Amino acid sequence: MATTTTKVETFVGKRIRRREDPRLITGTATYVEDIQMPGMHYAVILRSPHAAARIRSIDTKKAESAPGVVCVLLGKETKGVGAVPCGVAMPDLRVPQHTILATDRVYFVGHPVAVVVARDGYLARDAADLIEVDYEVLPAVADPEKALAKGAPAVHPQWPDNIAFTYHQDGGNVDKAFAEADVVVKQRIVSQRLVPMAMETRGVVAEWRNADRQLNLYTSTQIPHLVRTIVAGMLGLEENRTRVIAPEVGGGFGSKLNVYAEEALMGYVSMKIQKPVKWIESRRENFTCTIHGRGHVDFYEIAAKRDGTILGIKLKLIQDVGAYHQLLTPLIPQLSVLMMPGIYNTQNIRADIVGVFTNCVPTDAYRGAGRPEATHGIERMVDMLAAELKMDPAEIRFKNFVAKDKFPYATATGLTYDSGDYAAPLKKALDLVGYAKLRQEQADLRKQGKYMGIGISTYGEICAIGPSPATPAGGWESATVKIEPSGKVTILTGACPHGQGEETTFAQIAADELGVALDDIVVLRGDTAVVQYGIGTFGSRATAVGGTALYYALQDLKAKIKKFGAMLLESEDVTLAGGQVVDNKTGKSKPFQEIAGATYRALKLPPNTEPGLMATRFWEPPNFTFPFGAHIVVTDIDGETGQIRIRRYVAVDDCGNILNPLIVDGQIHGGVAQGLGQALWEQAVYDDNGQLVTGELTDYALPRAHLMPWIESHHTCTPSPVNPLGVKGVGEAGTIGCSPAVVNSVVDALSPLGVRHIDMPLTPEKIWKLLATKNRDVGSRGATK
Amino acid sequence: MNINLKVNGKSYSPDVEPRLLLIHFLRDVAGLTGTHMGCETSLCGACTVELNGKAIKSCTMFAVQANGAEIVTVEGLATNGKLDPVQEAFWNEHGLQCGFCTPGMIMASKQIIERNPSPTEEEIRHGLEGNVCRCTGYQHIVNAVKAAAAGAGK
Repeated sequence: MATTTTKVETFVGKRIRRREDPRLITGTATYVEDIQMPGMHYAVILRSPHAAARIRSIDTKKAESAPGVVCVLLGKETKGVGAVPCGVAMPDLRVPQHTILATDRVYFVGHPVAVVVARDGYLARDAADLIEVDYEVLPAVADPEKALAKGAPAVHPQWPDNIAFTYHQDGGNVDKAFAEADVVVKQRIVSQRLVPMAMETRGVVAEWRNADRQLNLYTSTQIPHLVRTIVAGMLGLEENRTRVIAPEVGGGFGSKLNVYAEEALMGYVSMKIQKPVKWIESRRENFTCTIHGRGHVDFYEIAAKRDGTILGIKLKLIQDVGAYHQLLTPLIPQLSVLMMPGIYNTQNIRADIVGVFTNCVPTDAYRGAGRPEATHGIERMVDMLAAELKMDPAEIRFKNFVAKDKFPYATATGLTYDSGDYAAPLKKALDLVGYAKLRQEQADLRKQGKYMGIGISTYGEICAIGPSPATPAGGWESATVKIEPSGKVTILTGACPHGQGEETTFAQIAADELGVALDDIVVLRGDTAVVQYGIGTFGSRATAVGGTALYYALQDLKAKIKKFGAMLLESEDVTLAGGQVVDNKTGKSKPFQEIAGATYRALKLPPNTEPGLMATRFWEPPNFTFPFGAHIVVTDIDGETGQIRIRRYVAVDDCGNILNPLIVDGQIHGGVAQGLGQALWEQAVYDDNGQLVTGELTDYALPRAHLMPWIESHHTCTPSPVNPLGVKGVGEAGTIGCSPAVVNSVVDALSPLGVRHIDMPLTPEKIWKLLATKNRDVGSRGATK
Repeated sequence: MNINLKVNGKSYSPDVEPRLLLIHFLRDVAGLTGTHMGCETSLCGACTVELNGKAIKSCTMFAVQANGAEIVTVEGLATNGKLDPVQEAFWNEHGLQCGFCTPGMIMASKQIIERNPSPTEEEIRHGLEGNVCRCTGYQHIVNAVKAAAAGAGK
């Protein structure tokens, strides 16, 4: 008998090394750029060097006669291709026509103007330089607040006020709350534009097979099925003859949760030249043309009683949209509004969003997508409120947390928090960091004129996105499980994991449910011709929603295996355990593999039962899940240089049940790194002409190994009641929890100088200038005494 | 131009354009796609390979400059199906997520250990400064290098 049928070892909850890794560590994985096909051609895209300009003329003659060039295409030729879609519908949303190539005008630096196709990538690049475009440069505006000012250049001439959309939400009675408040604290808080910077840039290989009317599109995406539906529509192709494959995807972080012009454009090119074509985005293009994240200017007001009880919150949110809406652009700030009360018990909120067009690349989802901005806002405001009331920042949080007996908890923004014990991670983090002792040390250091800060952030977030009515394109997820005649198991997941480790965690779930070995299971994803329709991986949803679909498909198969087992054992009372169906009366058993074979051989069938072992489930989640946690950051600031040193980083995250602690830790570490990037270093800076001055890695400061602190990652566990796995999601938690903890820590360190807020990133230059100014002020005040 | 070089022990004598980047020779001529182009400016390290025993960034070097050189890429590390200790350590310690930076990270990590068989955490982090990972926050990579160094010293 095969050993796999007798095993009783379980896998869920264990630190199991990943099953996807062998191909990745040996350099044998296939990313888009690694794909080669006979007759393949190469495309290079010529892009606008101006943020706003009219195109007077384009001369492509020299380029067309350059060596190796097959064709040069302009916007006038691709006019028939459908527009790059905005997937969000809302009242008064202004959606500019977003053609795949510019026609008469360009709207941001990097706007695609022409595509050159040649038999070699170097030759295509050479020829692109030979295209002559005559631009009439127009005034541009790159700052959303400036774009709202009277007389600002109009990004789209038809909308001179540059307003892309507005959104208003009221909960409870805000006016009453503010009227009754003892104290109101106000602050303008910026959440700067960021570049997602996946290590693999975007890339597309398109292969048109004319005889079959079939387009095969290999693209580095988080959402292959949605790309298929949309690109087929844009090109007028049949969806069942359009195959989208997301091969190995080298990071997304939301930047590949989109449908881009180049995906349809390469399809068009391949159809035109009747050859496969490859386009690989350069890093410069990745900075200027792939979506950016964040881009908020927020005006917060928080009202409270003198004892620290929060009564209400107001938010005016300016969202930098960029020149166009990409797939989810207008939705992202709405997620910020949903999360604006954080995990605090206040039923009075008011939010007003204004989305503003600028001559910049569009903003859209980037790790956390709206929730880091909201958490940064509320967590900064709570700290400022504590400072105003001279309360301890931990104490004010404990006072305002939604109590653990209040779940499910309906928020003022219309959400229902599933489960929570918000005090638990904060208590644990305070203990781990040694809070009381640190406060004592801080007092001592302050006497010596040294700057040491302790920053707390207690966050909640929206995960497992999400119930379909709350999403633009469906929020369910799908799974198929096929048990082959030999008993080997194949899982097809509609989620499209790309580094999050579901090839391992999904195998863990299936191994435990079926009682088979991990090695007997294969997880397939990312190919619309192989996998049933799915939604994708984003919003910390793959395990909580996709894993649940898998769980239910496994229950269907278990029931069928038991039926066949009972038939073979001639028993009516059987159990499936350890890879065996056992007769509970006689103790006789049939191994899993033998039963699998019998279902396909079908010599005899149980009543009303079909042959074979395959089940598909589409699981619609009844709610989001709401993970939470507490991050505490201890910083020391060099008074001479403004350099911030992170002495301790303690993260206590509650993501519900944990399937694989090794993978969860990795998600937290990576999330924190991106949060730290925003807090300390990263910013996409456009100058007044709309030039991206941080357009390469030379100018855009990323977290690097020597800059990162050691992250002390811990957990509490409050299972989610939303799904049978009890999981919540963890992909974005680190990012969401991080930035306010860092800024709160630095502000805490500098609070003796009267500092109450600093906008990110907290570069040494910014801190040094602040120290110089504040010390001078403090000094001069001292002198006049 | 005709050049001669060895990659993972195999000899190549291609006729290459003088402007062909070494990474494109490795990927497109030798068919070794494990080495990745991440930034084109030698700032991210995804293209790191070993050239005459030294870790270099193959995106900012011409193939002709590698004339006469011996190169090792990530594909050349495992021998007879047995992973290199650094590869094994990256696997055990979950030193990768999307995997795109991983070949370069592994090559850089090998070099760190070759130069300093028992590096401290600070030395490891310093050694990895030129390699960007956007997924892991580096902590598990640091653990992997530590584990590989400890294993190699046994």
